[in-house]
Formats: sequence, C-alpha cells, structure tokens
Amino acid sequence: MTLWIGVLVGSIGCYLLKLAGLSLPASVLANVRVQRIAALLPVVLLAALVAVQTITDGGRLVFDARIAGVAVAGFAVWRRWPFLVVLVLAAATTALVRLVWPGS
Amino acid sequence: MPSDDASSDPRPPSAALAAWSPIRTRLRRDAFGIALATGAYAVSFGAISVASGLDVWQTVALSAVMFSGGSQFGLVGVVAGGGAPLAGALTAVLLGVRNGLYGLRMAPLLRAGGWRRPAVAQLVIDETTAMALAGQQEAVDAGRPELADRAGRFGFFATGIALFTLWNLGTLIGALGAEWLPAPTVLGLDAAVPAAFLALLAPRLRHGGPVVVALLAAAVAVAASPFVPVGIPVLLAALVGVVVGWVPNRLAGQDALR
Repeated sequence: MTLWIGVLVGSIGCYLLKLAGLSLPASVLANVRVQRIAALLPVVLLAALVAVQTITDGGRLVFDARIAGVAVAGFAVWRRWPFLVVLVLAAATTALVRLVWPGS
Repeated sequence: MPSDDASSDPRPPSAALAAWSPIRTRLRRDAFGIALATGAYAVSFGAISVASGLDVWQTVALSAVMFSGGSQFGLVGVVAGGGAPLAGALTAVLLGVRNGLYGLRMAPLLRAGGWRRPAVAQLVIDETTAMALAGQQEAVDAGRPELADRAGRFGFFATGIALFTLWNLGTLIGALGAEWLPAPTVLGLDAAVPAAFLALLAPRLRHGGPVVVALLAAAVAVAASPFVPVGIPVLLAALVGVVVGWVPNRLAGQDALR
C-alpha cells in the first residue's frame, strides 16, 4: 500500500513539474542560481544512484559481482555503445561472475 | 543579377511544400527510431521494476503517469534497495525537475494553452525536447528558417506520440515477461540499474561537465549509507547539488543549462 503512495506521489509530482514548466513565465530561467541548480540536480542524483546501487545493499557497504558489471558498463558507455548494449553487458557480466564465484 | 536568396525570390506556395516534405520525412523517421529504441529500453524497465518488487499495475502506472525514464528508474532503484517508497518518490521528483526546465524553454514554441496544455505537458521530456530543437535546426540547415517553428513542433509531437505509445507498450511487455524470469540476482539485473544510471549520467559529464561535483555527490551518498535509512543518501547528494549550485564557482561546469 505504501508502495502505491510512493508511485502516485512521485508520478503526480513529476507531472506537475512538467505542467509548471509550460505554465510559468520564462523569466524563471533568467535566475542563474535556478539554472545552475537545475543543471546539477540530475548529475548529483545519478552519480549518487550509481555509487549507492553498485557498492551498498540495504544500507551496508557490499563489494560483490555488481562492481564487475558496472565497470564493464562504464567501458561500454565510454565507447558510446547503445543504451541497451550497456544494460545487457552489465547484467551478463554480473551473472557470469556469480556463476563462476557463487555468492558474489 | 538573379539570386537564389529566399528573401529576393518569393517562391510560390508549392515551393514551400516542396521544402517541407523532406524535412517532415526525416523528422518522422528520426522520431520513430527514437521511439523504437526507448520502447526496447521500456521493456527492460518493466522487467527490472517487477523484479524490484513493484507489481505489474504499479509499473504500468509509472510509465503512464510519471513518463520519464530517469525518474522511473530512480524510484524503482530506491525501492529495490529497501528504501522507503516516499524517499523513492522524492528522488523521482528531483530527477524530474529538468522536465520543468524543458517546459519553460518549449512553451513559446508549443504555444499550448487552454485544454491542450495538460495533455501536451505530459510529453515534455528529454527526447521530445531534443527532437523539437533538432527539427528547428533541420529547417534552418535546409535554408528554410521560416519553417523552423513548424518543424520544431512536428519533431516534438511526432516523437512524443510515438514514444508515449511504445514506452507504455514496452513497459507492459517487460512487466508481464518478468514473472517468468529467474531471480534478479541470477540474471545480474541488480547491476543493470546502476548501469542505466551511468549511461544517463555520462552525456552530462562530457565536454567539461561537472565531474568533480558528481564524484563528491557519490562519495557523500556512499559515506552516509551506513548511518541513515536507505534512500536518504541519494537525497543528501541532491543537497550537494543545491549547495554547489547556490554559490558561484567553477565546479558547476562550463555549460550550465543543457
């Protein structure tokens, strides 16, 4: 049930941001601080999500096969390979490492 | 002296049509290509979302109402790690701030007032904004700047409608298919989520992007992880962005608005 609340709050919040964008006066963009923070938010959030999802699990530091998968993904991203290739390589690498070293 | 310059050569209406037709064909093709690629991405979203503990309906609702890939993965990622759903929702909303920014930029082009605005707003995302700008550029490159706004709108709506359709279709297929898959860790799907974030992050760090701020945010989030509830470290990283963006400095990167 709380999962539904999260889904709905997040979804409606995201939609209202889009609606606000079309409704607010363009002068909002003139504020340099707004520009800088808005440009930085995706960067800091995505960077944090990459790190947290790669080396933590349930709030603890955990170093396992995910690191290998994300490292390979990093190489693929650097080579500018397509998005789906990045995802598949990350999953396949991680699955393979776990197959060779069970429990990793 | 005869000239090919458009300003000194008022062409008949058929010439305008002749110029518009190839622009429209290219935009339509590009829009479909983007929609197809993101549709395949949606299949992986659907599968990962269900593997992370959301049910099929919640997954489908995210794609229909949230309709923003980064935000959807953000919510699912936090929930998958054991975080509170509201922390996931807040992460998704913060990731969606950029769509509001795109809207500010797109509003003069789209001129969506009245009853159309709520529907058009849902389509304002990374891909449609990029295609609107590409459409405008396409017309300028073709030597027909007077068609720029028309091409921009066409790029926006062709991409938006195709993408919304295939995104939701792909999500449904992935979500239903996931029920037959083995455990997510066996397939390595737990590594596919951070890989997706990495792929979304990389274009923002190229060409003088804020690499130092990204590393700082990652370090703060990891360092905080053992001490605060799951999902909160990512929100603390958002604070890093707010603080760095508030004070003028060189860390914020060269191109602030992309």
